Amino acid sequence: MIQYLSIALMLVGIYGLLSQRNMIKLIVSLNIFEIGLNIFIVSIGFVKDGLAPILTSNHNSSALLYVDPLPQAMVLTAIVIGVGITALALALARKLYKTHGTYELDEMEGE
Amino acid sequence: MTILQIVEIVVGVAMIVFGILAINTKKLINSVIFLSVISMLAVVSFMLMRAPDVAITEAVIGSGLVTAIFVFTLYTTKKAGEKI
Amino acid sequence: MKQVVSILLVLAVGFFIFSALYFPNQGDSAFDSYGEVDLDERVSSSFIDKNVTGENDEVVFGESANLEDGSANYVTSVIVNYRSFDTLGEVTVLFISAFGVGLLLSGRRKKQAFAHQPNFILKYGARLVFGIMVIFGVYMFSHGHLAPGGGFPGGAIIAAALLLLYLADNDFRAKMKAFKVTEGIAGSIYVILGLLAIVIGGYFLMNFLPTGIVGTIFSAGLIPIIYVLIGLKVGSEIAGIVDSFLTVEVEK
Repeated sequence: MIQYLSIALMLVGIYGLLSQRNMIKLIVSLNIFEIGLNIFIVSIGFVKDGLAPILTSNHNSSALLYVDPLPQAMVLTAIVIGVGITALALALARKLYKTHGTYELDEMEGE
Repeated sequence: MTILQIVEIVVGVAMIVFGILAINTKKLINSVIFLSVISMLAVVSFMLMRAPDVAITEAVIGSGLVTAIFVFTLYTTKKAGEKI
Repeated sequence: MKQVVSILLVLAVGFFIFSALYFPNQGDSAFDSYGEVDLDERVSSSFIDKNVTGENDEVVFGESANLEDGSANYVTSVIVNYRSFDTLGEVTVLFISAFGVGLLLSGRRKKQAFAHQPNFILKYGARLVFGIMVIFGVYMFSHGHLAPGGGFPGGAIIAAALLLLYLADNDFRAKMKAFKVTEGIAGSIYVILGLLAIVIGGYFLMNFLPTGIVGTIFSAGLIPIIYVLIGLKVGSEIAGIVDSFLTVEVEK
C-alpha cells in the first residue's frame, strides 16, 4: 500500500514543479519528489515478514528470510547526494536573490 | 488488516496532505517546516519497511541538516526589520 | 488556469506510471507486486549468502570465518565492498557540490550574526553536548559493519554537532582549512587503497585484508577502514556547506 502512496507523493512533487514560480518552492518540490522516489525504491525490495538485513545473535543465519539489501544501499547514497543538490540549488537561489532582490521568477527583469 | 498496515496508510496519507500544504502555503518558512514534517514521516515508513540504516540517515540529513540549510538561506536573505 | 493544466498533466503522468507498473498489456511484468518478492531470483541472494566470487552455503553469526566479506550488516557489505566503486563516485559528486557551493558563496566573508545573544548556560551546555555527539558519530562509523549506521549518518552527525556550536555561540568559526585538508587526505587514501587492491588482488577496491569471524570487531577486512574514511569525508564536506551558508559578504 505504501508503494501506491509513494507514487502519489512523487506526483505531488511534479505538480509543485509545474505550477510554482517561486525558487524556494521549486526546491521544496524537488525534495518532496526525491523523498517519494526514495520510499518507492526501498519498497520494491520489501519482503513480507522479512527481517532487517543485519545478522545479530538473535537472527544468526543467512538462511532466514531477509528483505533485499540492494535497494537500501542505493537509497542510502541517494539521500546524501540529495543534500548536495539541495545545497547547490539554494546557493544559486541566494546568488540570484542578491542581483534581483526577489525569489519570484516572474518578477525578475532580464538584462 | 494488522495495526502496522493501518499505521502505514495513515503515514502515507499524512505525507501527501503535508506535501500539498507545503506547495500551496503562502509563507516560505511554513513550506520548509512542512518539508521537515514529511521527512520525519518518511523515517517512520522506512522503519516499517525494515530499513534501519536508511531511516537513521534520513532522520539526520533529511529532517535535520536540509531544514537548517533552508532556514539559513531565508534568514540571510531577509530584508531588514522583517520577520521570516 | 496554470493549476488546472498542471493537475491534468500530473494525472496523465500518474496514469502512465500506474498502467506501466501494475497493468501490463502483454507478456509478464518484470515488476513484483509489493511484499511478494522472491529473493532467489535476484542478485541479492548471493549478497546475503556471500557467494559472489566463490562457493558458500550459509553464513552463521559468530561461527563462519574467512568469507569473501565478513560484514554482519548486509547493507554495509553492498555499499563498501560489492559496490564500492559506486560509493567512490558518490563521494566525488558530494565533493563537487560542496566545491560549487563554496565557489558561489565566496568573497570576503563574516559570520551572520543572530538577533539574540546566547546566554552562559546555552554556550557551555552546547560544548558539553558537542563532545558526546562527536563520540557517537565516531562510534557509528567505526561500527558500521556490525550495527545499523555507518559512514554517511556518522559523518552527518559530526556535521550536526558543529552546526550546534555555530548556533549556540555567535563568535564561533570552525577552522575550515583543517576540514579541507582532512577531506582531501581521506579521498586520496580511498583511491590509493583501491589501487593497492589492483596490485595485490587483481580488482579495483577488492577486499584484500583477511576477514575474521562474522560478528567480531575485526571481521570485515577493508570495510571499517573505508567507512572511517567516508565518514571523515562526508562530515567535513557537510560542515563546509553549513559554514558557507552561515556567512554573509562584508560590505565595503
